[in-house]
Amino acid sequence: MIQTLFGSVEQEPSLLEKLKSGVQKTRAGLVNALEDALQGKKQIDADLLEELEFTLISSDMGVRTTEEILQRIHQRVERHQLNDAAELKGLIREQLLEILQASERAPARVAEPPAVVLVVGVNGSGKTTTIGKLANRFKNEQRTVLLCAADTFRAAAIEQLEIWGKRAGARVVRQTSGSDPSAVIFDALQAARADKVDYVIVDTAGRLQTKENLMAELQKMSRTAKKVIADAPHEVLLVLDATTGQNGLEQARKFTESSGVTGIVLTKLDGTAKGGIVVAIARELNLPIRYIGVGEKADDLLPFDAEAFIESLFEK
Amino acid sequence: MFDNLSEKLQRVFRNLRGEGKLSAENMEAALREIRLALLEADVNFRVVKQLIENIKQKAMGEEVLAALSPSQQVIKIVHEELIKILGSHESKLRFANEPPSVFLIVGLQGSGKTTSTGKLARWLSKNGHRPLVVSVDVYRPAAREQLKVIARDIGQPIFEGEPGEAQPLELAKGARRESAQSGRDVLLVDTAGRLHIDDQLMTELQQLKEQLNPVEILFVADAMTGQDAVKSADEFHKRLGITGVILTKMDGDARGGAALSIRNVTGQPLKFVGVGEKFDALEPFHPDRAANRILGMGDILSFIEKAEEAIDKKKAVEMQRKLIENEFTLEDFRDQLRQIRKLGPLGSLLDMMPKVGMLKDLKDVKIEEKEINRVVAIIDSMTPRERDNHMIINGSRRRRIAKGSGTSVQDVNQLLKQYAQAKKMMKTFSGGILGKKFGKMKLPAGFPFGEMRG
Repeated sequence: MIQTLFGSVEQEPSLLEKLKSGVQKTRAGLVNALEDALQGKKQIDADLLEELEFTLISSDMGVRTTEEILQRIHQRVERHQLNDAAELKGLIREQLLEILQASERAPARVAEPPAVVLVVGVNGSGKTTTIGKLANRFKNEQRTVLLCAADTFRAAAIEQLEIWGKRAGARVVRQTSGSDPSAVIFDALQAARADKVDYVIVDTAGRLQTKENLMAELQKMSRTAKKVIADAPHEVLLVLDATTGQNGLEQARKFTESSGVTGIVLTKLDGTAKGGIVVAIARELNLPIRYIGVGEKADDLLPFDAEAFIESLFEK
Repeated sequence: MFDNLSEKLQRVFRNLRGEGKLSAENMEAALREIRLALLEADVNFRVVKQLIENIKQKAMGEEVLAALSPSQQVIKIVHEELIKILGSHESKLRFANEPPSVFLIVGLQGSGKTTSTGKLARWLSKNGHRPLVVSVDVYRPAAREQLKVIARDIGQPIFEGEPGEAQPLELAKGARRESAQSGRDVLLVDTAGRLHIDDQLMTELQQLKEQLNPVEILFVADAMTGQDAVKSADEFHKRLGITGVILTKMDGDARGGAALSIRNVTGQPLKFVGVGEKFDALEPFHPDRAANRILGMGDILSFIEKAEEAIDKKKAVEMQRKLIENEFTLEDFRDQLRQIRKLGPLGSLLDMMPKVGMLKDLKDVKIEEKEINRVVAIIDSMTPRERDNHMIINGSRRRRIAKGSGTSVQDVNQLLKQYAQAKKMMKTFSGGILGKKFGKMKLPAGFPFGEMRG
């Protein structure tokens, strides 16, 4: 079952398959490296632990998360609860699952449409592409979608969104480049109300989390949304590039402070990057991952499910 | 965010004074901190391992110098090792003997190729070249449109090609003909973002290289990239033989350890860094500054350069004279605030400062730009006479000023009070110290206000 803003929908049967092929490269990196490290090892020794450390850090989980995982392994070895290197894989899998599940949270239910989804993130993380895919996904769930072109800053961002809108058959509310993004949101939400659409997805300009004025602009956009729909935005998605390193934690922290992020979309998982930073984010900030992007096609956005994700990483 | 490495090392070495040599024992904790700092800066794990080994070799048995504290000494070694990898000097662009010089701009999706292409074109034109840009990204929706808008903004020509053209190679060839015909000496080819494991698209780049014979193949990399940086850079380099790197999004708070990893794995120099969204925000890469930043030790040189650029020297001299003669009016005060504002987001300036020593306490200080804007608005709402002599600003004038600037009378009162205090303070200083000791300071003296929050 996949939780959406309007309750749960049945998960496509092929999802696990898709997930597996989507994260194939991630799998190849993380799990195969683990298996390599464990290959032929019986004893849990310093060398093996170092190999494990390398594998975990290489996935961008960060030093702290890695140390925590290794610490637990170390404890169990000391208490003689763990002797065999072969058990290590299961133990690591268990811990990763535990961290990711602890942060899982269903989205808030929206009593009355439109549900407003605000999409934020740093430059180049894949916001506009994600929105195109989201629109496509919602449409396949038989929902009506309106796109709001509130990235009025980047050159041709509006045109890019319009092309995605056309593909998904969604109306795009826009103003001219350079106009106030809050004004676009205001228009879009009113239009969404009048048209009685189910979802409004708001595209915002990419911004680095250190730019305080731009972060304040996001706050203003939320306030403006509330003027039209009191409990909007219902979902604030932070789009995070899977290649991001430790700065991802700061991104998650600052965007949550300024715009109340409710979930993460992890993009570009079809490369060799492992996106391990989401484990650190789940652990330190308790933010759930909502979707993962695994390609450039419209249907290459999959709902995230910790169990399925870990399973697809670990199962052949 | 992170504790500064030098602070940590100072703690580690607190008990070391009095010991004569750096040894395996007293280095152990320090090496652990260095390793942690490098990994948190996203330097590749294997590179870190090698670095730690080198640092250990170098430091072991060194005499603790009298002039430096042990932590300074270790930092010096770490710094030198980083520079060894990053290169010791700025790396220049290469140009073909016979124009046009073709530059191929390549990289992963979202790394900032199109924006960097625009910035580079602007930089080239400022440095005596006549660039032409072309986008051969026929995949991402509106990608070619994006470069068109950018070209218009920076006032440089673009080869647009047929809107329906689906062959990157045809677009590039057309652009090369065009640059030869119109006497453009550099052709910047903005390519589509692609994954290094996408065989088909990587082959496309190889074909572009074969046909265009570029003098520079610049790999655009996001400064926020983590451990995967080595893989993508390595693969691009193997397939194309990149000649340099542009590191983007360095205006954020990423430490940019990826720079070290990429340089290490490709051996190719970093040539530029992107430091902002505006098209002039492209700077040559300085290895020593990058090394400091990776270690979380700030970038004081960039800060000083930026300050020098933004501050009007003539005005600064005039300001100093006024300060000394105690003629500092509200108008001068406003000028000063405007100059501070010109330096750009204050937060990012503070990030460039090393957070050690006396500046340590500035770590979490936030200077609200909003506050500066408000103060400037209040002063804007005064009459010239009021700005000249704040003593005449009575109650009804205060109400008018508040109304005019969209603030409250309390805000106006507060400003006047702070101004009076600042003036008084300056009077005390102006007797001597300020004129002599701080005479050479290039920053506006006595960072006046703007709320400082600890």
